[in-house]
Amino acid sequence: MTDDDRVFKALADPTRRFLLDRLFARDGRTLTERESEWEMTRFGVMKHLRVLEDAGLVVTRRSGREKFHFLNPVPIRLIHNRWIDKYTERQVSALADLKAQLEEQS
Amino acid sequence: MTSTVQTTTTQVYRVYIKTSAQAIWDAITQPEWTNRYGYTGYVDYDLRPGGHYKVRPGEEFKSASEAQGNQLPEIIIEGEVLEADPPHKLVTTFKMLMDPEIANEETTRITHEIKELDGYCSLTLTHELDGAPKLAAIVGGSQEEFGAGGGHAWVLSDLKTLLETGPSFADS
Repeated sequence: MTDDDRVFKALADPTRRFLLDRLFARDGRTLTERESEWEMTRFGVMKHLRVLEDAGLVVTRRSGREKFHFLNPVPIRLIHNRWIDKYTERQVSALADLKAQLEEQS
Repeated sequence: MTSTVQTTTTQVYRVYIKTSAQAIWDAITQPEWTNRYGYTGYVDYDLRPGGHYKVRPGEEFKSASEAQGNQLPEIIIEGEVLEADPPHKLVTTFKMLMDPEIANEETTRITHEIKELDGYCSLTLTHELDGAPKLAAIVGGSQEEFGAGGGHAWVLSDLKTLLETGPSFADS
């Protein structure tokens, strides 16, 4: 499996996207392993985090007894760079903003 | 089950690059390399504990900023080398001086770690950003649509592209 395959496979799961959303959430880029506010067993969370880690989307750090999980956006950036160059970036981002604004209103 | 999401101001980025640890080290610490990816600019490191770390803007960045009406200072990033273990580990303090509000935030700390794997290397960048929320927003990439660049993720993906496919790859 190539690196890209791992990233797409990891992202092709709503639970794992949800975990990434939580890591991305403002002021919260880490969570400790014993913590889980989700309707999942700790084992389930760990299993999904492992898939994310194997894909490079999550990087872990140990600090004392705690293991911290960080969202690593670099693999997503590399996918972005593959199809969106710096000249189309602005238009793509403007359309994405427009969609977000219009859908917020409705 | 107890549940809280612990907050932290540290950001961690990792990229895998098909090249040697020395090539990555050079790309981080030598000005002729640093002006070719990401935010560009010429680094100046005194690679020993207590040594200086400075970044001067490159010509392109300078003229682009002037076109937007921003005069860049002579030194845009300043810090101190805390640990230098070439080509594997570099720890420096980091303060961005381009914007007075950001310059007034706390001094932050960046650790670069390079690990040799099987035919490639991992580069892990850890940025400890306590007391520097504005800088955290910029290096986190959330200010990109306002012209602040894509932060560390952008810089590292650009570095990977340069080292793996750049024109200099052949002569390295």
